[in-house]
Amino acid sequence: MRGFGKYAIWVYSAMALVFLMIPIIYTIVFSFNDSRRTNIVWRGFTLDNWLNVCEAQGVCQAFANSILIGVVATVLATTLGTMIAIALVRYRFRFRSATTLLLFLPMATPEVVLGAGLAAQFLQAGIGKGIGTIILAHTMFCISFVVVTVRARVSSLDPALEEAGRDLYGSPREVFWRITFPLLLPGIIAAALLSFALSFDDFIITNFNRGADVTFPSYIYTAAARGIPAEANVIASGVFLLAIALVLIAQFSAAAKRRRLAKTT
Amino acid sequence: MAFGAFATSTAVVEPAARKKSPVALLLLLPGLFYLGLFFLVPLFSLVITSVQEPDPVIFGQFQNAFRWENYVTVLEQYWPQAIRSFGYAALATLFALLIGFPLAYFIGITLRRWPLLQALALVLVIAPFFISFLLRTIAWKQLFSDEGPIVGFLQALAILPGDAAITGSAFAVVFGLTYNFIPFMTLPIYTSLERLDLRYVEAGGDLYASPRSTFFRVTLPLAAPGIMSGTLLTFIPASGDYINASREFLGSTDTAMIGNVIEANFLVLQNFPAAAALSLVLMAVILVLVSVYVKRSGTEDLL
Repeated sequence: MRGFGKYAIWVYSAMALVFLMIPIIYTIVFSFNDSRRTNIVWRGFTLDNWLNVCEAQGVCQAFANSILIGVVATVLATTLGTMIAIALVRYRFRFRSATTLLLFLPMATPEVVLGAGLAAQFLQAGIGKGIGTIILAHTMFCISFVVVTVRARVSSLDPALEEAGRDLYGSPREVFWRITFPLLLPGIIAAALLSFALSFDDFIITNFNRGADVTFPSYIYTAAARGIPAEANVIASGVFLLAIALVLIAQFSAAAKRRRLAKTT
Repeated sequence: MAFGAFATSTAVVEPAARKKSPVALLLLLPGLFYLGLFFLVPLFSLVITSVQEPDPVIFGQFQNAFRWENYVTVLEQYWPQAIRSFGYAALATLFALLIGFPLAYFIGITLRRWPLLQALALVLVIAPFFISFLLRTIAWKQLFSDEGPIVGFLQALAILPGDAAITGSAFAVVFGLTYNFIPFMTLPIYTSLERLDLRYVEAGGDLYASPRSTFFRVTLPLAAPGIMSGTLLTFIPASGDYINASREFLGSTDTAMIGNVIEANFLVLQNFPAAAALSLVLMAVILVLVSVYVKRSGTEDLL
């Protein structure tokens, strides 16, 4: 990539990034729209939507449900997935290839199949659908993603550190909680954040298993037919800005650290 | 991030030797039992449901049977939607690759000298994950609407006839799918290019290879695991997606995909056997395509 190509890739990539941002900016801008009932045409700037978010019926309940489901599913999936990841890297056991296949399949199955399968199961077992069944469903599809994320961290762990702990007469329990776990923590946190994001924005699997309970995405889907209130844009924009702020802080501090390390070596 | 999900992982340090211990079972069993109960058993439920027949007494109920003809019936009725799904998904995967690969190359290689810019560009690629997928799709619908800025602009330039619409067309659905999956394509490719040792590329130049042949014979093969991972992460969810193709979003009845049919049969028409049979057809086709693809690209160690 020389000469012309060198500039072409800058222009092309900048256009791609702008393209990615268009609907995000649109959503944020329309959270300030002075709209009545539907939020399609721009009617002027207002802060009302931000100040009275819960004005639109049901939107805050849906948001609260999504947070609850996301937190519970994340805790369950992160715990189960981390245990599997440690076992995969550290232990020898039979049925290893069957285990990896069982972990891979949920990621290779379209959501609509996962959703319909669980719904068929709940129907046959006579289990009523609601927040509980949504949590069960979300935990299921998050586990594999947790395993993949944490596994990478476990396999990059230097075993010498744990050996040092054992040489210094640490019990297996102490070695795990004082050496292994803190070193795995960044991977576990990344996995938990990924789980929460997957759960919070899931629509398809949720729609098959929610019964009458409403999550934030299913609220938007139902509202789409008659017009989405600007308050939904407010909640989505608020979550977005918070997440972006956290990610920017993490990214820039990591980049700054890399630069410091590059200077010292 | 798990965007290397379908790529082989490369360990940086020599891993500890794997021990044999009963602890392994304690660590594995809870999670695997959970996946068995809420992934495998539901698949089995789908199989049972897919061959049920209508209850002769109670209307709208189904009883267990072995009506394998259900599969023939749904395929006869819904083959256009099934073909369309894989067609749309393949097109969206191709377009996402055409946008995602140069973008990943730019962030992973061109921006190496500017770590802060690189971090910022990466955040922009991840950004769509933090704002509702449905609202982003609605935003495109409104931008493409008949009164919206894009249709007006194209009509003013006479590119689009005065009575034409974009929403509801195949173009809009493939556009929406492409947009939604660009990050899923870009991130795994970025992950493999970010680790690429530039000395390999220099070596290509030193051996008098043209930049073009260095690209095709050095860079591209090294990016292959990321490309494979990205195409799977795009194609699989795109072929089962029913948001973009739904009438309330970018599609119309003419663009219905297999996901729309499954949703309608399960949640609206309550024709559970048809929905179950179609789900299993979708899953079977995807598994066949994925295993052929994985075999051909030569990386079999998936997880």
